[in-house]
Amino acid sequence: MSGICVILEQRGGDVKRASIEALAEALRQRSAIGGGVTAILMGSDMATAAEQLKSSGADKIVVFDRGDLAHYSTEGYRSCAVQAIQASGATAVFIAATVQGRDLAPSLAGGAALDAGYAADCTDVEVDGGRVIATRPVYAGKATVKVACNSATFVLSLRPNVFDASLTGGGEAVIESADPPFTEGDVGTHVTSISDDAGGSRDVAEADVVVSGGRGVGGPEGFATIQALAEALDGAVGASRAVVDLGWRPHAEQVGQTGKVVSPKLYVACGISGAIQHLAGMRTSKVIVAVNKDAEAPIFKVADYGIVGDLFEVVPALTEAIGQLED
Amino acid sequence: MNAICCIARVPDTATRIKIAGDGRSIDPEGVQYVINPYDEFALEAAIQFKEQHEGELLVIHVGDGDFSKDLRQCLAKGADRAIQLKPSAPVGPHGISALIAEKVASLLPATVFCGKQAVDGDVGGTGIMLAGALGVPAVAKVSSLEFTDTGATCTREIEGGTETLETTFPCVLTFEKGANEPRRAGLKEIMAAKKKPLDVEEVTAPDPKLEILSLQLPPPRPEGRIVGEGKESVPELVRLLREEAKVL
Repeated sequence: MSGICVILEQRGGDVKRASIEALAEALRQRSAIGGGVTAILMGSDMATAAEQLKSSGADKIVVFDRGDLAHYSTEGYRSCAVQAIQASGATAVFIAATVQGRDLAPSLAGGAALDAGYAADCTDVEVDGGRVIATRPVYAGKATVKVACNSATFVLSLRPNVFDASLTGGGEAVIESADPPFTEGDVGTHVTSISDDAGGSRDVAEADVVVSGGRGVGGPEGFATIQALAEALDGAVGASRAVVDLGWRPHAEQVGQTGKVVSPKLYVACGISGAIQHLAGMRTSKVIVAVNKDAEAPIFKVADYGIVGDLFEVVPALTEAIGQLED
Repeated sequence: MNAICCIARVPDTATRIKIAGDGRSIDPEGVQYVINPYDEFALEAAIQFKEQHEGELLVIHVGDGDFSKDLRQCLAKGADRAIQLKPSAPVGPHGISALIAEKVASLLPATVFCGKQAVDGDVGGTGIMLAGALGVPAVAKVSSLEFTDTGATCTREIEGGTETLETTFPCVLTFEKGANEPRRAGLKEIMAAKKKPLDVEEVTAPDPKLEILSLQLPPPRPEGRIVGEGKESVPELVRLLREEAKVL
């Protein structure tokens, strides 16, 4: 028994990039783990999506195609995935650590399903003498842990935007269609609607650029200044815990230990002192810029570039300078 | 219907993590432990559930630390009784969910309330695995909740949007920050909570599914620099971002 199963996530037939990253990582680990790579696709009208993956490099694509798989349900997707994983004999299961993946993965690993080990939100996978070792952040990234699995099967969710998405290609995958083994009565939760965020505002966890404001912004109206810089940089607005707790910004924008962990190419912290729980959420950003009145603020300890000064003077000047660059 | 709220004990988020001598755990010296922040929202939802559905609200915690003060807080806010299970060895989400499932069997059917994840391990496994063990549905990451006649309508954030789900009771719900406004306990409730049952039991830990090989601090970021003061430094910052950091 060996091999890797990769559970792919799709919306409207488009396989998510984070799932392609998980598939690419599985292909890279194929020879070290042994056995083949089986991709599992679940949804409605999956023929095109399956066809597009034929030359990805996977050995097999198992497709569960039925109308009631159009929306995700833990029970429905779990029953399909368990069946495909058990049929393949895979000892490792990779899945993108998206909201859906982080719902499905522990459900698969839990006692009633595969009784497998589970490592969440992994940032590195290595194989040592046939044993899969996962590296994952804990304490929102204040530390990282390396874990190995004591069970026959190891389920790993892989953090998006960490693993290279280039597929090795080669060969032609066998496409196998499978019958979903669940009935309507097995499913206790139903998605009734999905709404895209109004105004197309970008998810702070997915953006390449994040401009965050803290208590130094002074109030909810001060965030117009932050928003303007975020727009000039084509980025998302973030917020410190303090301003979320004060009700100035929604929790969806919170960066830090009880918010989102982000690693954009550029993170601009404005009026944020740099509490340890905030630093945990953004310290893996490629480049960090800080603007703060207080030269002693801890944020300057992690910032690559700092400007000491009033953010209401510095940030608009920066917005203007960036606008001119693009002209 | 009964309600069960699972409470984790975690280092306060202001904690600076230090690695213990074994290289596989944190040094507990000087660490202040608190109720997992997400569990505060789970507890509030559980209390609201109890107010609308007849039954008992049990708060359950798995861990070997001294947690009685915090569990009393939960009792003061509205839980009827609390149980702490002290496992014979450290346990992760698999072990925690298995121990809880076994302990609460006599209270079923019950709806279970958990935080979306504990802020130490950041796994988000306990609630979902518990649902599997109890054979009930789960909705993870609930950011708003409305009770219906037979269950609940929940919303949760997904990538770039919001999902609305309907679930029937019993089920497991795991909560995101901001799902509600956790109440504070008054003095009278705090006094009354002293008489509520709080049991501590020693239990045998199931075999761990994972082996921790090492725990490490991330490499420090290279020292940055102050570009200058005030808006006069903006042109230099832009130049550095373009030419040195190459992010513009």
